[in-house]
Amino acid sequence: MKHSQREISGWTAAIIAVVVLSLIPVLWIISLSFKDPGTIGDGNFFPTKWTWANYSGIFKQSIFTDALRNSIGIAAIATVIAVVLASFAAYAIARLKFPGKRVILGASLAIAMFPPISIVGPLYNLWREIGLYDTWPGLILPYMTFALPLSIYTLSAFFREIPWELEQAAQVDGATPFQAFTRVIAPLAAPGVFTTAIIVFIFCWNDFVFAISLTSTPAAQTVPAAIASFPGASQFTEPIGSIAAAAVVVTIPMVLLVLLFQRRIVSGLTAGAVKG
Amino acid sequence: MSVGTATDQVAPPQAPPRAGLTDRARSERRLAYMLVAPAVIVMVAVAAYPIINAFVLSLQRSDLRFPAKTKFIGLANYGHVLGSSVWWSDFAHTVIITVISVSIELTLGMLLALAMHRTIFVRGLTRAIGLIPYGIVTVVAAFSWLYAWQAASGWIPGLLGLKTDPTTTTLGSYAIILIAEIWKNTPFMALLLLGGLALVPDELQEAARVDGASTWQRFWRITIPLMKPAILVALLFRTLDAFRIFDVIFIVNQGANNTESVSILGYNTLLDRLNLGLGSAVSVLIFVCVVIIAFVYIRLFGAAVPGSENL
Repeated sequence: MKHSQREISGWTAAIIAVVVLSLIPVLWIISLSFKDPGTIGDGNFFPTKWTWANYSGIFKQSIFTDALRNSIGIAAIATVIAVVLASFAAYAIARLKFPGKRVILGASLAIAMFPPISIVGPLYNLWREIGLYDTWPGLILPYMTFALPLSIYTLSAFFREIPWELEQAAQVDGATPFQAFTRVIAPLAAPGVFTTAIIVFIFCWNDFVFAISLTSTPAAQTVPAAIASFPGASQFTEPIGSIAAAAVVVTIPMVLLVLLFQRRIVSGLTAGAVKG
Repeated sequence: MSVGTATDQVAPPQAPPRAGLTDRARSERRLAYMLVAPAVIVMVAVAAYPIINAFVLSLQRSDLRFPAKTKFIGLANYGHVLGSSVWWSDFAHTVIITVISVSIELTLGMLLALAMHRTIFVRGLTRAIGLIPYGIVTVVAAFSWLYAWQAASGWIPGLLGLKTDPTTTTLGSYAIILIAEIWKNTPFMALLLLGGLALVPDELQEAARVDGASTWQRFWRITIPLMKPAILVALLFRTLDAFRIFDVIFIVNQGANNTESVSILGYNTLLDRLNLGLGSAVSVLIFVCVVIIAFVYIRLFGAAVPGSENL
């Protein structure tokens, strides 16, 4: 198809706008992270004096390295458990006949819409009583809970598109429904499961409300909570350079994830939310 | 939708209900419950139980600093919250932020979705870069915009020739909070809309064009009506999400300059002042607001809850 000159210049302008608007805050925080402490207040977009000091600084502070370890561990464990449990549930919802399906979908949708602040108080209270306050499981549990509805929706949308004749063929050949699930359907479902895992990981990585409410020390504090409480050089200076460097460190993996798996993220979120 | 009907055709004929339940149907049902149980148990234990617990706490005088004085006091906490000007002004701030951010996100999200859907070149790259804010941690987005605006470090005051530090004024604070929130969430809005855009048949657009409809007319008369279900779902999701705004405000100014939202109020009451009774009343009220918003979208506007039409 041939495009007119006007169409081409219109789309070029649109693409440039998308690129600029999406990237400016990312470039800005990167630029801040390389600014020398003396020039951090100069208001220039790009550093006039480059330095690695902010990075070497944060990696020397255990408040950051511990938080990084917590963020990775907690988000990864919550993602794996949520996606495994959601795969079971989504398989049943997409495929098996049983009463109560509507109730389960309705209830999980209600949880997806839940304001986290509404359960933070009771969880804070309960976690302190049973010893989960400021521990990994204390964050993994709420993350899983909020990730489950998202995963169940996304996965059931994916599972509906699997060619189920294969499953029936396996059952005709004598496989039990469970064998049909593990041997035939699971491999076909893997791409959908992987996509769901990416979306859930981004969700867990992003959380702030639970992280600042249910943790207090480097034992379980995640990066968003840790950078919000970075100590400044003195009481009156903000640790801008350290925060910017820490922000870049948690941002780079996410940007790579989005760039590499753009197609999957698009299909996952559109399948879960719209096609239903 | 089409997938749903295809599945229905493939599915084995339904067994007659109850009495004639075959062994096979019974074992299928048992398997289904076994598969669903773990997810349901976790969701009930970690979401349903605390919200009930929040309701119970909201009926008590419960202050962690004075645990001995805990006592059932009925609806007094609600009376206290609803009778205070703080709740109502925070409610107003939250509504202002929600309405402005969601309307701008819808407009920009639609433009972004159209760009992602229709662009004639480098589509993959446009989509990937347009999605970047979705992957950025909200706290990071808030810091980036805060540092860009504040006089002590930012490039924006110089660019705009601002005389006062925008972080010290109400208008400036709202601008920072709204821009950070909109920047972070527009790609998500665009993704939800993109799914709807894919359902608009190209032939219909082509037919309308042959009949002489302009781009503008095609957009308003064909694209928008056909996308209505997707738009409503996107609006529902984003409205509920915007109403519980917390991260951005917490980072930018912790609710100073009249920007405190109801979630910030709930957090401060619960975790700063450790007043579980009053804080839980705030939590339950936020929950009620969210339920009302969802009800309005689903019942009055007819937003189709995702998944429901497939059962």
